Amino acid sequence: MASDTVKTHPWHVPEPSPWPITGTIAGFIMAIGGIWYMHEGPIWLLAVGFALLIFTFYGWWRQVVIESNTVGMHSEQTKVGLRYGFLLFIVSELMFFFAFFWAFFHSSLPLLSKVAVAWPPASIELIPADGVPLLNTLILLTSSVTVTIAHHALIENQRATATKWTFITAILGVIFLFFQAEEYIEATFKLSDGIYPSTFYLATGFHGFHVFVGTCFLLVCGFRLTKGHFTPDHHIGFESAAWYWHFVDVVWIFLYINVYIWGASPLGHISPT
Amino acid sequence: MSNITHDHHDHRPSGWKRWAYSTNHKDIGTMYLVLSMFAAIIGGAASMLMRAELHEPGIQFITDPQFYNVLVTAHGFIMVFFVVMPALIGGFGNWFIPLMIGTPDMAFPRMNNVSFWLVAAALILLVIAGFIDGGAGTGWTVYPPLSSADYHPGMAVDFGILALHLAGASSILGAINFITTIINMRAPGMTFHRMPLFIWAMLLTAFLLLLAIPVLAGALTMLLTDRNFGTAFFAPDGGGDPVLWQHLFWFFGHPEVYIMILPAFGIISEIVSTFSKKPIFGYLGMAYAMTSIGVVGFVVWAHHMYTMGFNVETRAYFTLATMVIAVPTGIKIFSWLATMWGGSIKFDTPMLYSMGFIFLFVVGGVTGVTLANAGVDMAFHDTYFVVAHFHYVLSISALFSMYAGFYYWFGKMSGKRYPEWLGRLQFWVTFVGVNLLFFPQHFAGMAGMPRRIIDYPDAYAGWNMISSWGAYISAVGGILFFVVLYKTLTSNVKAEANEWGVGATTLEWTVDSPAPFHTHEVTPNIIPEPAE
Repeated sequence: MASDTVKTHPWHVPEPSPWPITGTIAGFIMAIGGIWYMHEGPIWLLAVGFALLIFTFYGWWRQVVIESNTVGMHSEQTKVGLRYGFLLFIVSELMFFFAFFWAFFHSSLPLLSKVAVAWPPASIELIPADGVPLLNTLILLTSSVTVTIAHHALIENQRATATKWTFITAILGVIFLFFQAEEYIEATFKLSDGIYPSTFYLATGFHGFHVFVGTCFLLVCGFRLTKGHFTPDHHIGFESAAWYWHFVDVVWIFLYINVYIWGASPLGHISPT
Repeated sequence: MSNITHDHHDHRPSGWKRWAYSTNHKDIGTMYLVLSMFAAIIGGAASMLMRAELHEPGIQFITDPQFYNVLVTAHGFIMVFFVVMPALIGGFGNWFIPLMIGTPDMAFPRMNNVSFWLVAAALILLVIAGFIDGGAGTGWTVYPPLSSADYHPGMAVDFGILALHLAGASSILGAINFITTIINMRAPGMTFHRMPLFIWAMLLTAFLLLLAIPVLAGALTMLLTDRNFGTAFFAPDGGGDPVLWQHLFWFFGHPEVYIMILPAFGIISEIVSTFSKKPIFGYLGMAYAMTSIGVVGFVVWAHHMYTMGFNVETRAYFTLATMVIAVPTGIKIFSWLATMWGGSIKFDTPMLYSMGFIFLFVVGGVTGVTLANAGVDMAFHDTYFVVAHFHYVLSISALFSMYAGFYYWFGKMSGKRYPEWLGRLQFWVTFVGVNLLFFPQHFAGMAGMPRRIIDYPDAYAGWNMISSWGAYISAVGGILFFVVLYKTLTSNVKAEANEWGVGATTLEWTVDSPAPFHTHEVTPNIIPEPAE
């Protein structure tokens, strides 16, 4: 913005940026590389695209962090917009999971599917809901509490406490992912064993991926806390990470109740007719 | 409304970076419009090839039927995702949301740019999908098992899926941007109930995008893993169900048709009001009619799949719910007519296109009510009657709103005034062409002619020949449009800041033409109306 410009609005209009187009090139390379890989090609092109994507995220969000640390760029009104933006992003994510829940219910309810005759299919050896999945539920619920403790500490300007509990939350996320991976390794059914593994692995797998993303987000926030980026009234990044974490938590609760408990219970069974 | 003072040191980046790195809503809007015109040439060429092939019974020149399927697919995808959506939402939305709500730019200008470039990348992927490994001949609905690895084993469908993933990411980011901008950045005094109807339309469109596109993304991901990683979502031999795809696709697909037509409603509302020199009739009714169309649009999806074996209660519900949409749609039609009633109407090209839109939309709406009946649809499903219906209701209607918006706003965008006589000529050629093209298809369809077929019995020859001639005339209209574009850009006739006079009351007419690089640097104040 030219300094001689008369300006009375409170909005932040950023300078031209290279990151949108590098991100697009990354997505384009990943698409072509992914297709190549899926059709018996090598994986390196996909990896190159992914590396460029990570580089874009780093460069773009680094720029946003610099702006948020510059006094006057993120006005109160601009911050409201950032919050709206992130909430709407979470809404779109919820609709993505909506599709996988739809696939799950369509496949497991005889009312909907013309094909399903028994759920869970007789050949599937189920993962007991009261084992590792219950433990993971407790871990994720606990992590929702710890991230809230961190948030309250941040609001009360106790930076060390906030940092500590943010990292504890991230560690809980890592433990969750560890158990999830172990569950996959020990499962007796593989992805290509029909509709049950299809819905199970894609629903829980995408959730696990979101836990991974949320953990990374929390780690970045923990690091930014140590750098003193956040103040009690200026911490959109942290707030977004916390919201994202709660969203991941809520999706898990739906997965646990429906896929693990209901999907395996006598109520969930469809007897062959 | 206040007068805006402009910064005359219009600070703008230069060279290729101005466009590639852009964070300016006007430049990004322009890029969307150019991309849309470019894609329209490809998508239009595909439809010309199809109409030429169908000109007479028998095979004319397309010797490989799969190539015909590829043309059907490419035409559908390109027109929906790369012509209508980029023009109406990306183009006009980006240009005029900030101008009309009195704010300097979109909420997230960089994200705005990535939205555009992702569409460009997606277009390249989609064109590749048409040529690689025999091409994707699935139709835009991509139903398995036709789209599964058994029937499309090559890379083509995967390219199509990834193209839609990128276009979808673009739409979701764009939707987040539009909603945040409209909710958060309106000038003081512009309450929700005082926003222009175009802004209402864009807000609702963005909400539909936000909620519908991720469901498509989920479905596409399942199709991708079915094709490449052995999952069985849509494969009956693994316990999956192809009908699941239809549900997921149409849960997205039905809101998608409103995503294409709600922006058109917004544009037509602005133009009818401007050229009738009257405020829009029933403003709040219009706004909430669009809202209810958007809401009800999410619970009618199965009317696209009546023939897949629902029980009668389900069909009764979807018939009823679909017909309910005729009520808010009727509110819109009658409010436009009531706006014109008693107005001092000026029949310039934007108004001609708007009236053309209303006519075409009514024709398409009436056949829509016909098709909403599950019983009737059993006979009409997948016939040319459906082709005629949806081309009237969203394709040529959307096209007319794009033309209308172009003539209405091009002066603001370019600073030049289009030649009025040429615009009117272009309208009449196009109007005659599209009606000649699509109206006979109703009759062919009622006589039972199936869609997406390269050849047909001699009995359908007459209607098909008329339809093809209509297509050629429409193409002349399309070429004339580019003539208008060229003549306008090279002319010396300046467009005034408000070229339409007293009827044009929205904020974009308070800034210069062409709109300066940065506008509304000084926030306009909307003077509150006295309480009613």
